[in-house]
Amino acid sequence: MSIEVKNITKRFGAFTALKGISLEIPTGELVALLGPSGSGKTTLLRIIAGLEIPDDGSILFQGEDATDRSAQDRRVGFVFQHYALFRHMTVFENIAFGLRVKPRDTRPSKTEIQEKVHSLLKLVQLDWLADHYPSQLSGGQRQRVALARALAVEPKVLLLDEPFGALDAKVRQELRRWLRRLHDEIHVTSVFVTHDQEEALEVADRVVVMNEGQIVQIGTPEEIYNRPANTFVHNFLGNLNIFRGRVINDKAYIGNLSIELAEKAQSDAKTAVIYIRPHQLDISRIPITDNHFHGKINHINPVGPLVRVELSSDWGDSFHVEISQERYKNLGLKKGDHVFVTLRDQKVFIELAEEDK
Amino acid sequence: MAKSLISASYTKQATTESPVVRWALTIIALLFIGIFLLVPLAIVFTEALSKGLSAYFAALTEPDAMVAIQLTLLTAVIAVPLNLVFGIVAAWAIAKFNFAGKSILITLIDLPFAVSPVISGLIYVLLFGLQGLLGPWLAERDIKIIFAVPGIVLATIFVTFPFVARELIPLMQEQGTEEEEAAMVLGASGLQTFWRVTLPNIKWGLLYGIILCNARAMGEFGAVSVVSGHVRGLTNTMPLHVEILYNEYNFVAAFAVASLLAMLALLTLVAKSFVEWKSRQQGVSFEKIAVKGGQP
Repeated sequence: MSIEVKNITKRFGAFTALKGISLEIPTGELVALLGPSGSGKTTLLRIIAGLEIPDDGSILFQGEDATDRSAQDRRVGFVFQHYALFRHMTVFENIAFGLRVKPRDTRPSKTEIQEKVHSLLKLVQLDWLADHYPSQLSGGQRQRVALARALAVEPKVLLLDEPFGALDAKVRQELRRWLRRLHDEIHVTSVFVTHDQEEALEVADRVVVMNEGQIVQIGTPEEIYNRPANTFVHNFLGNLNIFRGRVINDKAYIGNLSIELAEKAQSDAKTAVIYIRPHQLDISRIPITDNHFHGKINHINPVGPLVRVELSSDWGDSFHVEISQERYKNLGLKKGDHVFVTLRDQKVFIELAEEDK
Repeated sequence: MAKSLISASYTKQATTESPVVRWALTIIALLFIGIFLLVPLAIVFTEALSKGLSAYFAALTEPDAMVAIQLTLLTAVIAVPLNLVFGIVAAWAIAKFNFAGKSILITLIDLPFAVSPVISGLIYVLLFGLQGLLGPWLAERDIKIIFAVPGIVLATIFVTFPFVARELIPLMQEQGTEEEEAAMVLGASGLQTFWRVTLPNIKWGLLYGIILCNARAMGEFGAVSVVSGHVRGLTNTMPLHVEILYNEYNFVAAFAVASLLAMLALLTLVAKSFVEWKSRQQGVSFEKIAVKGGQP
């Protein structure tokens, strides 16, 4: 089922959580709503579920207006951030709940419910926990029970609020991949909220970046990462170096390092702000080409798969570079060394500035 | 384990008093409980049985006493369910929704605790009595409230009003609304959500409130005394009946009826401890298991 969000506005007292949001989600897609806390992403999710009533605008399911439909009539699956499992019911009863509360004429028989719940338990790989209570489960297990419970009523839309937020890093990784596989298997239109850019980029078909109640950018993870619409998105998606550069003849310069401008014709500007991710830069001992600038090493953090080197440029900007452990060993870098910094990847984000600024 | 033992003995040493002080405090506490709680209880039963079992049972089965017992039970049977419904509704509204005037409502629920029961009784006399606000209107239609059973029931409801709501509000607030929301999204109606999700979650707190509410409903004296008119064999509840018998120097009968109330109190305490133990045990045992069998 496709979802269409039209001009949704939501206020909580004096605070405007959503400012005229519009968004289309085609059938079968897995979409991430990504943004910092307070960006309105959870509010949008709750409005789609019918748990929150918008002040303005409408929600369409499969082209049909569902704005006035109550949560219980929308037939969406919702997975809460803290799972919201029914604490006095076993795992089995939790999952069976949605089937048991159906009106008599559409309610499945006892054996049908049994079969359905057990097949769902198999799907989430928790068959052996059917008789346990939620408090007896680990976080990851609770999350999967919550998901099975949401799927039991065969929702046309699955909504997940920070589905992995409360789990530790390792379980989060596993569940993330598992959710992706599950989605590929059952293909229900899914929307999940997250503040973790890695999670959004890894799992989603499309990412909707939100900030201060507005949508900043919509695109595939690749588009979002490589062609961020503005500095907010760029900043939000991880570590970033910011340089001020000159613009001469369709090129931007940081020291001697030149970068080709994408939009050549319209560059009246003389200065530019250049955003470069740490892994897009490289360090060398000897100048391979002229295309480089100088840096002095201030600090080295060699923990992890990548070595993080903090440097400062001749004109005083501090920035950092990520290189592989192997390269770090070959170069034999030490604190205080003077090195040459080059660009490994030309796809950097450049913002042209007006002349007189 | 050893670590926690060490730290426990540390805190003990750091906070403990000298043996003399400890013994003194313990003896004072025991004396206090003995004089003010246990001795009176013992006297009630010894006095009641001082003329033998047959006198005891005669005092209880005498017609006026029977009427008093029946009236007390009737009052509780009406007042407790009404306050049960009201308590759940009020707690539900306060804990799960935000609305204007919420704090005023919470304060109003506490009103019966703040006002002397005698005053609450007087309020009903001023409202429904012959010279009262609604008195003439009621008299025209031949409806008797004051000095009759309806007045007693009304006064009892007023006095026992806060027990259930007071017990449930913090419990429901702590539990939040997520489970209800989950039930709604799964297609449950409001009523289904209440029966299947909310009620099971609050049942022990609710039971606790009912027990306290019932004890007060059966034992209330002040408010009921004002509105009852003390008509023997008609508008006397058990506490009022005890007073009348006592004033007539009929000590055996007075203490016999009083012993029933005392037994009710003991029963209430047992039930209350059981409910407390049960709800605590549930919480604790869940936690234990969760710790033991946490990871897959």
